[in-house]
Amino acid sequence: MRKIVSTAVIALGMTGLAVSTVASADMTAPQDVKIENLAISAPLTGAPGNVEEGKNVFANRKLGNCLACHANSDMSDQLFHGEVGPSLDGAGTRWKPEVLRTIVVNAKAVFSDETVMPGFYSLDVGEDVRKDLIGKTILTAQQVEDLVAYLSTLK
Amino acid sequence: MNYSRIAIIALGAAMTASLVAAPVDEKLVIDGELEMTTRAPSSDGHPLPEVISGWHYRTESTRALEADTFENPGMLGIEQGEEIWNTVEGSEGKSCASCHQDAADSMAGLGAIYPKWHEASGKPINIELQINACRVNNMGAEAYKFDKSGQKPLTAYIKHQSLGEPVKVNLEEGDMQAWWERGKEMYYKRTGQLNLSCASCHEKNNGKYIRADHLSQGNVNGFPTYRLKQGNLISLHNRFRGCIRDTRAEYPAAFSDDLMALEVYTTWRGQGLSVETPAVRQ
Ligand code: HEC
Ligand code: HEC
Repeated sequence: MRKIVSTAVIALGMTGLAVSTVASADMTAPQDVKIENLAISAPLTGAPGNVEEGKNVFANRKLGNCLACHANSDMSDQLFHGEVGPSLDGAGTRWKPEVLRTIVVNAKAVFSDETVMPGFYSLDVGEDVRKDLIGKTILTAQQVEDLVAYLSTLK
Repeated sequence: MNYSRIAIIALGAAMTASLVAAPVDEKLVIDGELEMTTRAPSSDGHPLPEVISGWHYRTESTRALEADTFENPGMLGIEQGEEIWNTVEGSEGKSCASCHQDAADSMAGLGAIYPKWHEASGKPINIELQINACRVNNMGAEAYKFDKSGQKPLTAYIKHQSLGEPVKVNLEEGDMQAWWERGKEMYYKRTGQLNLSCASCHEKNNGKYIRADHLSQGNVNGFPTYRLKQGNLISLHNRFRGCIRDTRAEYPAAFSDDLMALEVYTTWRGQGLSVETPAVRQ
């Protein structure tokens, strides 16, 4: 993988395209994520978050299933918005992207250990994790970035 | 940093102002005759001020099904249970009725005081395990496997003989207190990739919707319950396992020490509520 990437860099020289290719191979592993002052300032991947994808991750029961706990007026076409967490209307105004990233990665780092919001890109999880999920995160780094991009649009 | 602080304050304000879909304020009266206790003061040491039956959190149509014996689809299971009660099985040529005669007399009130201490095994015993003990020791029949054969209908039939009786567990007997402690640990243990405990949903958030589901206190007084979603009677340990599985965790075996302890503890939490078996849930 490394080899292919560096070949690509050489082949494409210093173009912007090459830079983003290099960076996307460079994905931050969950244990390497740095949280400072509640913020994760560096994106977890090189590819920018995709708002449409983020929307899907938010609603999809097999992915973020954020709607299980949060109402979101932007998705009024979807039935059944949960009430366990606060409404996310205006979340993009209340929080800067770097903090939204932390909330999604590991909500405990922003709220408290008591929060019921799962950590979506964290290995700090509960006991007796299902065997096939040990060492795995709920979402991928890219899905987190997509979500952050989407949440930032909720003004 | 400043920005986040402000957001946290704003969030706090939003949360205190948030509306909770309250459990309905109505009475459950079966067939217009038997008034059920669906709200009761909680036991000493209980974290919630009042215990409330899951019935209050269901939709109007689901609540109506439970209030009418003829409409309650769980009653079919009770009829099956009655048949099994009277059916001879095993090498001793006996049925439950051979020893216990009419369940309406011999089983009255019993379903309300299980699980209880079982001296012989040195553990708590529930109705399902008591049935198995009778089958093996007194009937010369095989123990039912979990949720198989007559286990659910017969358990429901026996519990139904206590319909309306307030649930009460005796923690004084044997080591029941230690099992209660262990069950409490289970209740607050955060499990799985989603990192949730029973308390995350049923203590902190009862009364709220989690997607389409209106979260109740997770009381156990209606089990086995009839679940419309599955179109069948659902046993308590099946429900426990389902809730644990939903946190994306490995779940303990039915009737394992962990789940027996959880049964002792959750039964205590719902103490004072009427036995509703077969309750109707969605
Ligand atoms: C099991 C419940 C649950 C799930 C699932 C959940 N959250 Fe949350 N979330 C909460 C709670 C509760 C809070 C409030 C903080 C607290 O009290 O712990 C919260 C807070 C937040 C906040 C800050 C609230 C604000 O508007 O200021 C954001 C943003 C957020 N969640 C995003 C998400 C996203 C995105 C997902 C899905 C990837 C998600 N949540 C999934 C329970 C949940
Ligand atoms: C992610 C949320 C969640 C967690 C965690 C959870 N449950 Fe539940 N539970 C539910 C939902 C949703 C229902 C169905 C609606 C209701 O009755 O609350 C339910 C129903 C129940 C019921 C049936 C209540 C009735 O009236 O029929 C019991 C009993 C129960 N849960 C016990 C538990 C126990 C014990 C645990 C922990 C081992 C647990 N639950 C963990 C979500 C959860």
